[in-house]
Amino acid sequence: MCTTCGCGIGQTFIAGHALKQPRKPGGVMRYRVHGDGAAHTFQHGALDFGAGAAGTHVPGISQSRMVKIERDILAKNNDYAAENRDYFSTHGIFALNLVSSPGSGKTTLLVKTIAALHGTLPITVIEGDQQTDNDAARIRAAGAPALQINTGKGCHLDAYMVGQAIQQLGLQDESLLLIENVGNLVCPASFDLGEAHKVVILSVTEGEDKPLKYPDMFRAADLMLLNKCDLLTYLEFDAGLAVDYARRINPTLKVIRISASSGEGMAEWLDWIAKGCHNAVAAVQRTAEPKVLLE
Amino acid sequence: MHEMSLAESVLQIIEDTARKQGYTRVKKVWLEIGQLACVEQESLRFCFDVVMRDSVAHQARLEIIEMAGQGHCAKCLIEMPIAALYEACPKCGSYEIQVTGGDEMRVKELEVE
Ligand SMILES: Nc1nc2c(ncn2[C@@H]2O[C@H](COP(=O)(O)OP(=O)(O)OP(=O)(O)O)[C@@H](O)[C@H]2O)c(=O)[nH]1
Ligand SMILES: [Mg+2]
Ligand SMILES: [Zn+2]
Repeated sequence: MCTTCGCGIGQTFIAGHALKQPRKPGGVMRYRVHGDGAAHTFQHGALDFGAGAAGTHVPGISQSRMVKIERDILAKNNDYAAENRDYFSTHGIFALNLVSSPGSGKTTLLVKTIAALHGTLPITVIEGDQQTDNDAARIRAAGAPALQINTGKGCHLDAYMVGQAIQQLGLQDESLLLIENVGNLVCPASFDLGEAHKVVILSVTEGEDKPLKYPDMFRAADLMLLNKCDLLTYLEFDAGLAVDYARRINPTLKVIRISASSGEGMAEWLDWIAKGCHNAVAAVQRTAEPKVLLE
Repeated sequence: MHEMSLAESVLQIIEDTARKQGYTRVKKVWLEIGQLACVEQESLRFCFDVVMRDSVAHQARLEIIEMAGQGHCAKCLIEMPIAALYEACPKCGSYEIQVTGGDEMRVKELEVE
């Protein structure tokens, strides 16, 4: 266990194996960077810096030398994301990362989705917010286990936090994992969590040109839910234009117009989820040649 | 403000490499940042100075090498420079542009002792 904050870091990580950690369903997880600035490292997450050309001397500077690094700044996050993704794919878990600006209706949509899918498959939710347990409480009230991650000053979830959260939650095989990211249309775009898809939610009260103003998120997403369509009659929002703008950034973006309040478009969204879950399970069965389960 | 996380990731990479390469002080850090990467350079510089404080890279100079945006048109198959993700192809007007360069964020090299 980490001696600085007791967060359980340094223990064995997932990498496709069943976990043996105590589970605390419905707990609250607080994430903070260590005071000493040191990184948490996992034993098997060995880093490879390509054994760069160290030792090259800078002419005229006696003691100095150049060290080649050539490493992606987000490489570590991407390593954690790959481990999460590996875990999801070996367990038939369909994981979605819901991203949007604050207040677009993510939690409302999740609550309605949980109600609609009740009894058809296990659903777990990870809630990311800077502060409060409110959203996780709303999800639990809707009948699904939820874990709240409070990022403090952090403006996004990262793959490491999600890895810790899935250890605590103890996900069921062949289930649906919904991750509600921190409400922020910028930063979460850069951080892969290991999800199957990013789903960007744009509500019709936000203006048509959001995709042009915040292109990275719309480029990173595979599905856009245009939410609060029940309000279209009261607004001068051109839904067609919003979709056009989004497709300028991402020509293959799938779009569903919905209203979490009225239920419009929900059937198509639920159908899209059902297909994703089905494919996630089918992929496990395809790779399930005679294999020994590592416990 | 994910620039703070980016600066922390840069420090992680520097510290991990320090263990392997046995240096105790970093004087200069070269980053390659693409024009299309989701990074605010001024903000990154500010966060860099804050994060490196009292570390092996205390007061290290930050050099940012800007990488130009490059795109490929899926319709007419030309390569073109692009300055933003929403630009249309200058030849055919299509928005089906694949980014082929300029979205990188890399730690390139260090000057150490
Ligand atoms: N009219 C209308 N209102 C909606 C709809 N969906 C959500 N809302 C309202 O929008 C407000 C914000 O909804 P939330 O579900 O909390 O939004 P969120 O994206 O989870 O917000 P954060 O987690 O704070 O970023 C609430 O008052 C909801 O009732 C919708 O489809 N139509
Ligand atoms: Mg919410
Ligand atoms: Zn073209």
